[in-house]
Amino acid sequence: MLIWIALLGLILFSVTAYTAGRRKVLSAAGGRSRLLHSLPGYHGAYLALWTAAPAIILLLLVGMLGAQVEELILRGEPPAAVSALPASTQDVFYNDVVATATGGQVSQTVYDGALGDAFAAKLAQAHEIHRNLITGVLAAALLMALAGAAIAWPRLSADFAARPRVERWVAALFLACSVVAVLTTLGIVASLVWESWRFFQAVPIFDFLFGLTWDPQIAIRADQVASSGAFGAVPLFMGTFLIMMIAMTVAAPVGLFAAIYLSEYAGPSVRAVVKPLLEILAGIPTVVYGFFAALTVGPLFRGFFNDIGAQLIGGPFDSLGLYLMQVQNQMALVAGAVMGIMLIPFVSSLSDDILNAVPQSLRDGSLAMGATRSETITRVIMPAALPGVMGALMLAVSRAVGETMIVTMAAGLQARATINPLDTVTTVTVQIVTLLTGDQEFDSPKTLSAFGLGLTLFLITLMLNIIALRIVQRYREQYD
Amino acid sequence: MTLSTNPSSSLKMTAQSDDALAAGLSAAARPVPVGKVSASDVSVFYGDKQALFDVSLEMPDRMVTALIGPSGCGKSTFLRCINRMNDTIPGARVEGRIMLEGENINDRGVDPVLLRARVGMVFQKPNPFPKSIFENVAYGPRIHGFADNKAELADIVESSLKRAGLWKEVADRLQAPGTSLSGGQQQRLVIARAIAVSPEVILMDEPCSALDPIATAKIEELIDDLRSQYCIIMVTHSMAQAARVSQRTAFFHMGAVIEAGATDEIFTNPRDSRTQDYITGRFG
Repeated sequence: MLIWIALLGLILFSVTAYTAGRRKVLSAAGGRSRLLHSLPGYHGAYLALWTAAPAIILLLLVGMLGAQVEELILRGEPPAAVSALPASTQDVFYNDVVATATGGQVSQTVYDGALGDAFAAKLAQAHEIHRNLITGVLAAALLMALAGAAIAWPRLSADFAARPRVERWVAALFLACSVVAVLTTLGIVASLVWESWRFFQAVPIFDFLFGLTWDPQIAIRADQVASSGAFGAVPLFMGTFLIMMIAMTVAAPVGLFAAIYLSEYAGPSVRAVVKPLLEILAGIPTVVYGFFAALTVGPLFRGFFNDIGAQLIGGPFDSLGLYLMQVQNQMALVAGAVMGIMLIPFVSSLSDDILNAVPQSLRDGSLAMGATRSETITRVIMPAALPGVMGALMLAVSRAVGETMIVTMAAGLQARATINPLDTVTTVTVQIVTLLTGDQEFDSPKTLSAFGLGLTLFLITLMLNIIALRIVQRYREQYD
Repeated sequence: MTLSTNPSSSLKMTAQSDDALAAGLSAAARPVPVGKVSASDVSVFYGDKQALFDVSLEMPDRMVTALIGPSGCGKSTFLRCINRMNDTIPGARVEGRIMLEGENINDRGVDPVLLRARVGMVFQKPNPFPKSIFENVAYGPRIHGFADNKAELADIVESSLKRAGLWKEVADRLQAPGTSLSGGQQQRLVIARAIAVSPEVILMDEPCSALDPIATAKIEELIDDLRSQYCIIMVTHSMAQAARVSQRTAFFHMGAVIEAGATDEIFTNPRDSRTQDYITGRFG
């Protein structure tokens, strides 16, 4: 609370600094801004930045790290009663102290006797530390704001080059934001790699990458007799690949041809209706597609195959008929087909933009040679648009590989190394979901295997993206 | 090809007919068209806006006809009527007759796709396709089935590149992308692409406006060469180019032909004051 009031005060202070800086240089130039090196606003902004920026950085740092620092100090001198406890119970103790002090969720542990005294003492200490920290930080922020203003104020004069300096501050702000984005990504990758490393200590990496059985059965409780599961990821990746191929078989031609119709044949009025419609289709949540697949498409497909099977039984294809009779609602084909439908607007919208970016002069050139429209499309426009279209398809592949909801609902959960689209299969993403939902012991290979799967999936999509980029660049150099 | 076996006589006749037009004779008294391409009363509308007003013009064979005039005067619009490229613009409508070898190209029975094989076009900016040099030139012969085998196709490509004066520069790199050539070479490549289908008429829409003076000189030389075989109709912004390259000139202004005739006559002795003002650089 105090921090927010401090921030507000800081903003007011810097606004004052802005107007004061403006006024100072304007009056120094006798009211004629023409005589100034930089416009008065830049002088004001310069002063305001020196006033607010250091103090705001301090407040942000405290906001992010303050709690950790407080706990570190709190744990500085543990009472004898607390030191006697095991490490994990100590954690609970300190968590409860902090939670009581700040009004958070407290565990149900009852502290009495020596432990009760220690709790009360530590609670008082926590309050004190918090108070001291806040007061100290506020004082420091105030000092920094004043010091910043004091440093910048004398510099302001008619000749002072405030404009390039403000420019540098702005550049620094943009740099900081992009650094945040990069660091976050690096952090995610690092945590993935670290947890995967722990997983690969329990399960050899070779068994994971080339094992043909996926059966992550691990003792649920620590005292259970350990039964070692099988962590061969091949069936999962095959399932992912199978469903992705089915989805792309649906999405790539339909999406691409729809895009060609939209950009090359449709008149402006058709375009104005169809394009927004397609984009609405892209906005349907995947869970809706999921139950559409599970409740509508699945039974439909099963009925279709069962009927065919019924016809074949007794004939020369008796065994095939028997197999088809036993096809279930959940199969790779259903999940893949519905995922393909989901990807159609994605592919067509991207490809449409790409086709529209092909210069009109190429179209004119081909038509003027006496080519028909379809000849122009297949022989000139598509080759020119190919890199972009490949990029769009690769993006669609990445989405298909990462898609979870439809597969969870429509493809079943059995990990099987198969390329039969009528089988139930499971994918990497679905397994990650099932591994991490519900009560799990976090240290077991079973949960850690989710990180192994995640890392492998990440590497595969990364590789796909790099290949796609390479292809795109190769063609771009040639055709631009 | 049957008409105007003697270019100079045809020049005289069309000059007379256009002069008569300029003098304001009635349409009924107009002589029979003698051009390879002859337009009569061509009007073009883009939606509600009329871009071309009753243009009549003779464009004889084996000559370069230059269309000059200020920007937006309709000369490119007129050029695009001759191979019906205006058909590709939504909302464009063309009225009037354009006769090519005695056949009205605006007739409903005429397939614009086949027409465009007879009437080639070169654009303002060189627009080679994203293919190799060879494939660029082979494009037309391939889609129209002009070659029965690979050797024949290679012959067509070679002779077209030779006629466009590009063969020596690209003979050793026919598989390189067309876009790897310089601007002037690209423009000669698209000219080779256009003549590979043996058109009767070649339309050029400011073919040198994106090129430097040296490349321009080469293209002009090439146009002068090609004149002996084709009917060339060229839009240009450069008076000097029109004077250098063309034998016939038509001056467009605000969607209408103000004056048309032999180039030397138009440039030395224009009849209309607006033509005089334009070619002496007083406007446009």
